[in-house]
Amino acid sequence: MDETMGVGGRGRAILLLTVLAVLTVPIVVGYLWVIISTFSQRTYGLIPVDANGHPGGLTLRNWSFLWKDAAIWRVTVNTFVLAVGLTVGIVVVSSLAGYALSRISFPGRRPFLATTLVLHAFPSVTLLIAIYFVLRWITHIPVVGRGIPVIGGFGYNTLGGVILVSVALELPLGVWLMKGFFDQVPWDIERAALIDGCSRLRVWWEIMLPLIKPGIAALSIFSFISGWNSFLIPYTFMTSQEKSTIATYLRSLLSDTAPVNYSTVAAVGLFQLIPVMIFFLFTQEYLLNIFSGGVKGGS
Amino acid sequence: MIVKLEHVTKKFGDVVAVDDINLETRDGEFVALLGPSGCGKTTTLLMIAGIYRPTEGVIRFGGRVVNRVPPKDRNIGMVFQSYALYPHMTVLENLTFPMRLKKVPRTEMLQRAQQVADMMGIGHLLDRKPGQLSGGQQQRVALGRALVKQPDVLLFDEPLSNLDARLRLSMRAEIKRLQLDLGITSIYVTHDQVEAMTMAERIAVIRDGQLQAFCPPNELYDQPRTLFVASFIGNPPMNFLEVEVVADGDAFKARCPEIEIPVSAERGRAAAGRGKVVMGVRPEDIYLTRDGIAGEVYVVEPLGRDDLVDVRVGDVHFKTLVDPGLGLKIGDQVRFGIRPERVQFFDPRTEHSLLWN
Repeated sequence: MDETMGVGGRGRAILLLTVLAVLTVPIVVGYLWVIISTFSQRTYGLIPVDANGHPGGLTLRNWSFLWKDAAIWRVTVNTFVLAVGLTVGIVVVSSLAGYALSRISFPGRRPFLATTLVLHAFPSVTLLIAIYFVLRWITHIPVVGRGIPVIGGFGYNTLGGVILVSVALELPLGVWLMKGFFDQVPWDIERAALIDGCSRLRVWWEIMLPLIKPGIAALSIFSFISGWNSFLIPYTFMTSQEKSTIATYLRSLLSDTAPVNYSTVAAVGLFQLIPVMIFFLFTQEYLLNIFSGGVKGGS
Repeated sequence: MIVKLEHVTKKFGDVVAVDDINLETRDGEFVALLGPSGCGKTTTLLMIAGIYRPTEGVIRFGGRVVNRVPPKDRNIGMVFQSYALYPHMTVLENLTFPMRLKKVPRTEMLQRAQQVADMMGIGHLLDRKPGQLSGGQQQRVALGRALVKQPDVLLFDEPLSNLDARLRLSMRAEIKRLQLDLGITSIYVTHDQVEAMTMAERIAVIRDGQLQAFCPPNELYDQPRTLFVASFIGNPPMNFLEVEVVADGDAFKARCPEIEIPVSAERGRAAAGRGKVVMGVRPEDIYLTRDGIAGEVYVVEPLGRDDLVDVRVGDVHFKTLVDPGLGLKIGDQVRFGIRPERVQFFDPRTEHSLLWN
């Protein structure tokens, strides 16, 4: 900020703010409409109107799914389990794999890195059918298939299966990200730890992980949000939509046969947004770390 | 603990980083590995530490072959140029970390940490994080961390390079004194010849992965075995010129086109009749005199106690140290002599000394 306020910087700052403001207006107006319409019978532009078109007609009817439809709470819990499961899976696997790829030279390391990147570039839709068969196959494994509490199992039509697939699809990004963070930790610190008496695993746990905490935090937040918002995978591999996740619940409101109540859709969308918003407010500092890359200390 | 390297070679792919090094320390000795950057000295140290495994050859700790022993089982302490303190731990946690891994009882651990901290003068900093310390303090903590586990061997990887000049001087003396008191075999990597000369009992000079010399500092200075050692050791560096040594009765003379320099019979004899050889003369062995070689002052660099004067004779330059009281200026005509019993001769092809092999 100091730099832009320097010599002749004031004019530039104003210009910059104006451009940003203009670009932000449509987004803000959009959300404003969403918020207003969830509390209205109908809207005329941004103004709430009643059935006859007169201003007014404020109502809580659109939010009634919160107390009338028990499914919403079930899907909220499901979505939460999915987001947490996805986060844990991705953080554990990426931080281990990222460490190995950053620090240990083994045959096939470079091809592996290149391949994961290429695979990540493929749209996941192309894999849906193949994954379906894999999940069907897993379903037949006793216990693991569909006998695990909370997540149901790792087979078809279980929350665990959806977590498994989502983790797999998001791992390339996580692994690369973690590798980048590990790359920034000086070798000397690791050598010092090895000489001080650590095994490789202990170095990872006691020295490396604490040093890349900002990276782990950022990856966790990304993963959680992507799990919370995920639609395609749960929609494809969970057959009973109302029992799946919020995103698919939202989809089920958009029926092809009955008239769609867009105000309710907006309300559910807003409901889905709230936790992410709160989450984001507290963690945006960490998110920036992904772009600025941030191991501090060392030397 | 005696550390012994037998035919140790390290290759990274096709690159030979360390080439057939043989070296044996005495128990409690302070040995410096000296060489320009990229010469393989740090690689050698990391092999002794167990971070790298030698491609060929054997490393012994007191007779035991340690090639395949992981670093944690070698009981070594190491100090790094970057200090390599654990940034997320306090000074106390840094100091106790090695002991915690060895499962030393808590009371003993704290007692030993306190003792080392007091010895290093960092007792009042135990609650701080490394990021809150100055470079000198960090280096003391790093040294303390290396000492606290009571290692058999201490390894130093350019520990003073990141410190400012003044601090480097005092830490140099401190480390030397500490090493002497504790009597722990120490191997010290540096590219700074002054550090190596002042601290080490013996210096191993390494160039392109090969051991050029391994001897006490004085011998390294007075009897350089290779042209590289002669040029690397000494500040200001040795003067070199291509000469032909001829016998003139009992006297020997080194000749190059425009100059004739008398040299001692003992040294001249080794170089006579070999055609062109490289003669080396240290700046302090050149003195101004009334009846000597005539030259012109090319550059004067005041160093405070001395002036470093570059004297030109035809195309040949001699650097010499001169009393600033003489007030020499660029362009002055001077005459100088060279101490005949102090000159060095090298074979220009093999670069080996003709005197000390």
